[in-house]
Order: sequence, then structure tokens, then C-alpha cells
Amino acid sequence: MKITEKYINTGNKDTRSGFGAGLLEVGRENSDVMALCADLTGSLKMEAFAAEFPERFIQCGIAEANMIGTSAGLALSGKIPYAGTFAGFATGRVYDQVRQSVAYSETNVKICASHAGITLGEDGATHQIMEDIGLMRMLPNLVVINPCDYNQTKAATIEIANHHGPVYLRFGRPSVPNFTPADAKFEIGKAITLAQGSDVTIFATGHLVWEAIVAAGMLEEEGISVELINIHTIKPLDKKAVLESAAKTGAVVTAEEHLIAGGMGELIAAFLATELPTPTEFVAVDDIFGQSGEPAELLKEYKLSSINIADAVKRVIAKKRALLK
Amino acid sequence: MAEITKLQEIASQVRRDIIRMVNMAGSGHPGGSLGSADILTALFFSEMNHNPAKWNRDGKGADMFFLSAGHLSPLFYSVLSRSGYFPTEELKTFRKLGSRLQGHPSVERGLPGVHIASGSLGQGLSVSCGAALAKRAAGEKSLVYVLIGDGESEEGQIWEAALFAAHHKLDRLIAITDWNGQQIDGPVSTILNLGDLEAKWSSFGWSCRVVNGNSMEEVVEALRWAKSTAGDGKPKMLLMKTDMGRGVDFMQGTHHWHGKAPNGEQTANALSQLKETLGDF
Repeated sequence: MKITEKYINTGNKDTRSGFGAGLLEVGRENSDVMALCADLTGSLKMEAFAAEFPERFIQCGIAEANMIGTSAGLALSGKIPYAGTFAGFATGRVYDQVRQSVAYSETNVKICASHAGITLGEDGATHQIMEDIGLMRMLPNLVVINPCDYNQTKAATIEIANHHGPVYLRFGRPSVPNFTPADAKFEIGKAITLAQGSDVTIFATGHLVWEAIVAAGMLEEEGISVELINIHTIKPLDKKAVLESAAKTGAVVTAEEHLIAGGMGELIAAFLATELPTPTEFVAVDDIFGQSGEPAELLKEYKLSSINIADAVKRVIAKKRALLK
Repeated sequence: MAEITKLQEIASQVRRDIIRMVNMAGSGHPGGSLGSADILTALFFSEMNHNPAKWNRDGKGADMFFLSAGHLSPLFYSVLSRSGYFPTEELKTFRKLGSRLQGHPSVERGLPGVHIASGSLGQGLSVSCGAALAKRAAGEKSLVYVLIGDGESEEGQIWEAALFAAHHKLDRLIAITDWNGQQIDGPVSTILNLGDLEAKWSSFGWSCRVVNGNSMEEVVEALRWAKSTAGDGKPKMLLMKTDMGRGVDFMQGTHHWHGKAPNGEQTANALSQLKETLGDF
């Protein structure tokens, strides 16, 4: 079965709405779940939770540092705070608060970061954070999750309540294809193999998983056998899945809406450099800020779209062949 | 008052502990620790409702204390151990490899009495807001105490939390400012003047009192006042005027001993000014 027939877009949806739906559901399941927001309740799709559980919703105002600290204090007493704001503010702006009061103190805080990456779009580079994965994965004790679509974001939002410890959950603003089955369980740290192949492995995360599916479809037509793995949990990395697939295909492409520096690709490359040096290509942004534009335009402009992933696959296969000679 | 005399005696021992710990470690922050010794002694040995033997990090059912100004760790560790959280013997390990008594408080190695890491300034007031919210959600009447520094109050996060606590009517939150007027680079008034702290906190919607933080009577009385007004819809701020380095003449009233360890001779001199009341560790 062709990969593009296996994964059907059931309709474009934004991952932040998946977060909102997941938050409401986990709020109904678990009375310890609380939600905090820094004046972005609508953008984060937290209104439904706030309306149904007003006593468990804390409006913090435009004061993110205090929101992170307050979340840490709530977590001490057994609450499970979901603190929501834009990814830029949830990381860079409050890095020291996350570092000391959350990661080092191992408080059970769920940092919920929307509008991550370049597909935030028209707001421009001030809001398009592409450094957040790096910032957060550097912190010991922190789990870093970047789901790919609405259904997976919803499932991840629900599942992180079952993990006792700090989590960084990254999602986005634009409507993107929703293809993960609605009943798929989310398993933290367990990569999902979307397609088996032999010529190359694409490790993709977040919105670029769909771009990678489209790329794999294009490559299939050209007779290239692609193994496609969704790295929804960047930390802890599913090292077994990475190593087995790299050993099988001998060529790696990574795809993410992030800078190369600090990103998932760099993480995988560093791991493979010591375990199994493998020709690698990064589909990511190289040391520049973004700009205003429509999400699809920006993916093309910054070479993050399916065609760029397909090109990277061809480049890495050429590298692999050169090495075999 | 016999009770006040007893607390003063404990504070003297706590000050000895601070000097000896910092001297043994060869580093640490004696100035602010000495200045706030009366405040924490009053809290831990008289006013706070806590049970060291049954302490739990979740703080349920007891008053909670947060040290936002984490560099006052020698003082914090001394009152914790002297009030029964862990053996005083362990004070010898302060700042040593593998110790639970990290340079700044940490929870990583499970030191009883420490709810959260602190040291990077400005964060503890926010954490105490969260703890107070959680207690209210649980229907608890117990209190949340937090100690911040005046220099620390230059951090923007303090004022975020000031707004938040008043907005959310966290009236079982009792904050204390160690108002010693000193910070690392010099007097607060010359570094980044805080102006009229009483007017500031009052205008932010807090119940406020200015007291002499080195008078045990005043400290105890202020804490009792704050407790008596819990539940009135407003968070409390006790602005406690202290002398940095209090109790040791050559350390007193200057920022020079903010983060410097006394040598052997200076330590002997300091200890000669502080009565040993509970036995040195």
C-alpha cells in the first residue's frame, strides 16, 4: 500500500486545538489537573477548560515568569498544572524559572507551548521561535514532546498527566493535516514507524511529519524505499528505534521546524556519531531568524517542505553510495 | 519574657552555626544569613505550625516555608537542623561534594525542609503563590511563609507575583522582606533604589508592616499579627529592617560580608561575640 494511501488526512486542524480538546478531557478524568494561562486563553484553546472548571483555571496575566513559579508551587502539593503560552515565552523568556523551579526542582509542571516554529506565520520572527527544542532538551529531568497533528497532540496532552515529572509539550498555530487515528495511544518516548523502507530513514517531528509523508510518497514513485519514523518525543529519544533504523538503511534525513542548532536532527546525529556514524542531511533552519508570511510560503522559503525533504533524501543517498564505493 | 530570651539564645547558636559553616566551607553568604537569623528563629522555633519529624515535600496539613533568597542557605540549614529536620552533624557537609546541603538549597538529594530549589533570585514568591493556591483549593487553613531579600526585589518577577497574590486574594501567604539595604555591589539605594517599599507593597494591595527584624519581640509580634489577619482577603508583607552581618561587629551593616567566608582568626573573633547555647555541631 502506498504511504499516501495509508495515511489519510481526515481534515486540516490546528494542533493547538488538539491541546485544548486534550486538556478538557484530562481535566474531566483527573481533578488534580489545573490550567494556567498568561493572557492567551483563546490562542491556546483553553476556553473550554476554563468554562467547565473555573476553579481550576488560573489566569496569570502577561507575567510568564510568575506563571511558571506559581505552577511549580501548585505541583508541590500534588496538583498537575498545565501552564500555557506561546512557545517563545514558555522557553526563552522564562528559561531560568523553568530551569530552577521546574527542571532542577523536578516539579510536576506541564509547560504547554503553542505557536512554535516558523508556521506561526504572519506575526514574524519575534514570535517564531525555532530554538525552543534545543533550549528545553538541554535541561535535565525535562521530557520534550512535539506531536505531529491534532489527534496526536490531543493524545499527548492527556498522556502527560500520567507521567510524574516536568514536560515541555510543543505544538503550533496553523491548520495541518490530521492523520493520526483518533484512538491511537500516545506512548512517551516510543517512536512511531510510519513506513518501513530500506534506502533511507526520515526522522521527522511535529508539523513536518506530514511533509515527510508527502515526500515519501513522491520518492516511492521514483522507486526509493523510505523508512519514515515520527519522533514525537525528542527527549528521551527512542535510541533503539533510531539505531535499528539507521543500521538498516544506512542513510538519515531529519526534518523539523527548528534551527539545526539544538534540534532533533542534531540530537540524532550526535547519538549516531558515537554509536553508528551514518550519512545525514538536516531539513531544518540554518542559523537565521524567520519572517512574516503564510505558513505554506514560509515552509517553502525556509526549505522545510516535502520537496526539500525529498531533495535531502536524494542527497543523502548519493553520500551513502559514495561511501560504499 | 522567658520565651523571647529563649529564642534569642537559639538565634545566637544559629549565628555560630552560620559562621562555622561558612568558615569550614571556605565560601558562602554570612552577611544576610546573620541579619535574618532572628526572623527564621522566631518562625521555626515559635510561630510556624510545622512537624519536622513528619515533614513532607507536599507540605499538606502544615505551614510551608520557602526561602526565595537562596543564598541565605547557611541560616536555613542551621534552623532546619536545630529544629529537628536533620542531624546537626550534617551541617559540617555544607558545600562539600555529595552533600545534601548544596551551596544554594536543592531538592535533588532530598534534604528535609526544602520544598524547592532557590538561588536564582525572584522565584520563591511565585512558588509560594502556587503553594497558597493549592492549599486554598484543598480547603486548608495552614499558612505559606516566604523570605525574600530587598536586593532580590529588584527582580521583575517579584512584582509579577505581588500583583498576582493580591489579585487572587492569597490571604494565607505571609511574605517577609529581609530589608537590610545592602546588596553585592553596595547599598541598595545606590545600586537600584527601591524607594518606599511600604508604599509600594501597600499600593500593590498587600497588608504591610515595617518592623525591626533584629528585635525578637517585634519579629514575634509581627508574625502573630500577620497570622491573626489571615483570611482577610489580602496577602501580608512584613518589611523587616535588619542589619546585614548582625551579631558580629566587623561584619555588621556592610555589604562586604555578603558572600565572603571569614578566615580562622576572623572566625574566632566572631565566635567570641556569639554565645554557644545549644552546643556547636
